[in-house]
Amino acid sequence: MALLEERKKQIATVVGANQLELDCGKKSLAGSVSQRACVFCGSRVVLYPVTDALHLIHGPVGCAAYTWDIRGSLSSGPEINRLSFTTDLREKDVVFGGEPKLYSALCELIDAYKPEAAFVYSTCIVGVIGDDVDAICRRVSAEKGIDVLPVMSEGFNGTKKDGYKVACEALAKLVGTTDVAVPEFSINILGDFNLAGELWMLKDYYEKMGVNLVATITGDARIHQIRNAHKAKLNVVQCSGSMIHLAKHMKEVYGIPFIKVSYFGIEDMSDALYEVASFFKAPELMQKAQDLVREELKDLLPALAPYKKILQGKKAAIYVGGAFKAISLVKALRLIGISTVVVGSQTGNKEDYDLLKQLCDDGTIMVDDSNPVELSEFVKEKSADLFIGGVKERPIAHKLGLGFCDHNHERKEALAGYLGMLNFAKEVHATVMSPVWKFTKKGRK
Amino acid sequence: MDAKVINKTPFVSTRNACKMCAPLGSSLAFKGVEGCTPLIHGSQGCSTYVRRYLISHFKEPVDIASSNFTQEATIFGGGTNLKLALDNVKSQYKPKIIGISTTCLSETIGDDVSSILMDYREIPGNENTAYVHAQTPSYQGSHADGFHEAIAALVKQFARRGEANGKTVLLGGLMSPADLRYLKEVMQAMQMPFVLLPDYSETMDNPHWDEYKLIPEGGTTMEEMEEMGNARAFIQFGEVLNKGRLAGRVSGSHHVVSAGDILQKEFSVTGYHIPFPIGIDNSDLFFDALKNISGKELPAEIAKERGRLIDAYVDGHKYIFGKKAMVYGEEDFVIALTGFLTEIGIDPVIIATGGESKLFEQRIREKTGTENSIVLSGGDFEQMAEYARQIGLDLIVGHSKGYYIARELGIPMVRVGFPVHDREGGQRLLHLGYRGSNQLFDTIVNAVIQQKQDNSPVGYKYM
Repeated sequence: MALLEERKKQIATVVGANQLELDCGKKSLAGSVSQRACVFCGSRVVLYPVTDALHLIHGPVGCAAYTWDIRGSLSSGPEINRLSFTTDLREKDVVFGGEPKLYSALCELIDAYKPEAAFVYSTCIVGVIGDDVDAICRRVSAEKGIDVLPVMSEGFNGTKKDGYKVACEALAKLVGTTDVAVPEFSINILGDFNLAGELWMLKDYYEKMGVNLVATITGDARIHQIRNAHKAKLNVVQCSGSMIHLAKHMKEVYGIPFIKVSYFGIEDMSDALYEVASFFKAPELMQKAQDLVREELKDLLPALAPYKKILQGKKAAIYVGGAFKAISLVKALRLIGISTVVVGSQTGNKEDYDLLKQLCDDGTIMVDDSNPVELSEFVKEKSADLFIGGVKERPIAHKLGLGFCDHNHERKEALAGYLGMLNFAKEVHATVMSPVWKFTKKGRK
Repeated sequence: MDAKVINKTPFVSTRNACKMCAPLGSSLAFKGVEGCTPLIHGSQGCSTYVRRYLISHFKEPVDIASSNFTQEATIFGGGTNLKLALDNVKSQYKPKIIGISTTCLSETIGDDVSSILMDYREIPGNENTAYVHAQTPSYQGSHADGFHEAIAALVKQFARRGEANGKTVLLGGLMSPADLRYLKEVMQAMQMPFVLLPDYSETMDNPHWDEYKLIPEGGTTMEEMEEMGNARAFIQFGEVLNKGRLAGRVSGSHHVVSAGDILQKEFSVTGYHIPFPIGIDNSDLFFDALKNISGKELPAEIAKERGRLIDAYVDGHKYIFGKKAMVYGEEDFVIALTGFLTEIGIDPVIIATGGESKLFEQRIREKTGTENSIVLSGGDFEQMAEYARQIGLDLIVGHSKGYYIARELGIPMVRVGFPVHDREGGQRLLHLGYRGSNQLFDTIVNAVIQQKQDNSPVGYKYM
């Protein structure tokens, strides 16, 4: 395979921890068929789970159509977020401006669906045609008495990561707008999106420890909780790529410290509980956390053992959105006997990749912002048995005769927490051990 | 329910769109050309979203490149990015053709892709690849319009005048790979030489591979596209085609041209304009056209399929008679489906499309012969849901995005067309001809029977 020259610095093979640095955080190379989406995508996925808000996409129809009900984020109440609203701009709007349509659309939708707030996403052409989205949002906000927040997410204006930042800026405007008292041991969970109800498991764990959740941003989120988020003592941040901006903002403005955690795999999940307990320096919390972990592991470890026995020695390739998730996956796979031979992400940063470098075995291929040409070549070169990725990676794996485990926004199986670890082992087992592979080239060998 | 026609949504906004954007359609059509890599000239998200949407339906790798606009490109023009993208696509994929779709962004800033390509072709080394481009800003028309725009662009660029070759050109619509394979099978059974454009019957429904293929095999070849100019006749499936894009334009003077128009006007190829062959009446039109062109009779096997379909209609008719259905999707697909449902005794009470051609309603009225159905042109799912709650439905026939309405109403849903994102096998659904109609008929009848059986206090074993 001929690697594109400009891509070479974003690919490396692990040889000891002191190797060359992996280039990252760049715009995707034109024509490289990146697996990434755009700024809009970054904002949309982060804000999507805010369940009682109206999400209006200002632009032609595509951006709204492709993100309708796109995440498996569950709600315990309202589901306004699952509707896809767009101004569906036409040529005449492009020529004469989209402001009147935006204004009418916002007013009618707020009247009809009675949201607690509205997010208005700008797509590529909005800035180009000169619509003053800010002004329309202010006007509607004044008229309707709810927050109408512009999300300046023009697709070309950076990468998906920049979209995260824009989304965090919109959320930051809500934080601190109410002042309801909260219990002493109160935290916010940032960066969990309640896929397949994962947040509810975490909530349960923390509540068992005696820790209260003020706001969950944005899994199963409500506007009134986000408003009061500044009352928490600590921000617990997962998927640090998407939510770190909000955590930093809250530290700066409200002095709320944050810790970065992951809920995938036994080790990281348990650390997430212990770190919260040690933060509050309350022995009773730590005691309860330890009890909880012991209780969970009592059943989990024996349940995992048979899977580990069967899966021992298998090799996995990982390509996911955020590198922080990849780090957890490497550890979780190790727990069931699987080594990682290829690992990469769409939006990893230097810190993430440095961590990965320490964690991975020599010979592991690391890649930032990869594409089908590279991924198909790497998994072949490393003879992986399993691929962990999202919708766009699935057919690559399947066409190459590899097992595949969904670790994407749409998944229906909870993979976080202790139960999630068992689900993960089951899913990996189900795909790697299926008898169908005997009909493929890989299986015939 | 009174006769009611709504061409404009009562909401200014679109709520749960029943359409996608034009570059999706054009990219899918380009996937039906042999050795072609599609490229979307816009932001990175345009290509990634389209890929993801297509992959979720076809379950195949769908590589679509992007010129990945930056701020600079948006201000100074996307030419440099487009050229870089073409270089990189060529070096990675080695395509014979690159099929370029423009987007709202590149069209709004006024990129002149034709002249960018003209410059690009002159650079030594670039002349061995063909470049074709479709103008597909998403503020004009829907994915169906984009699809036909790409086919028209291909015909315009490649069809050549030459010696008559006796071939019949089939200009496909947004059909499933199984449908396209069926059309090819029919032409072979009729022993009629043909060109099918586009032909993604293999590229979007590949067999399992032993080696990964960056560009899947199959598709209409360049030679075949050249031959279209000397064909004996063409059959164009669909009546609305890309004429929907007129809606929403500032001036109506833009001349809409379909691939068939080009073959007819510029190459004097005899044209047959027929609906998708779904149901007996629509399929008869197709086979009559084939008989006319070839002077041959229907092969016995196809005649038997027609006979079996009538037999199935007779056996199953009373389970579905008078059932109220909602049907939606692309204009041409819905027009044919409506004819089929009407033909079997189902009452299509809500007939909707996200497209906006004025032809739609007219054709629907012709098929149903009634003014009493709700016809939504430029409709969306929330509008459909509101009508569905009022009217009371027995059945929904459409792609998977309407599932939430079926779920809410507790009625069966038969998945047809594109996209089917919540089931396996969408790419292998056969809708066309007597055979496809028979499969559809059985599925619809059984969906109604199952609803009755599931809700029956008696777990009966005979119907």
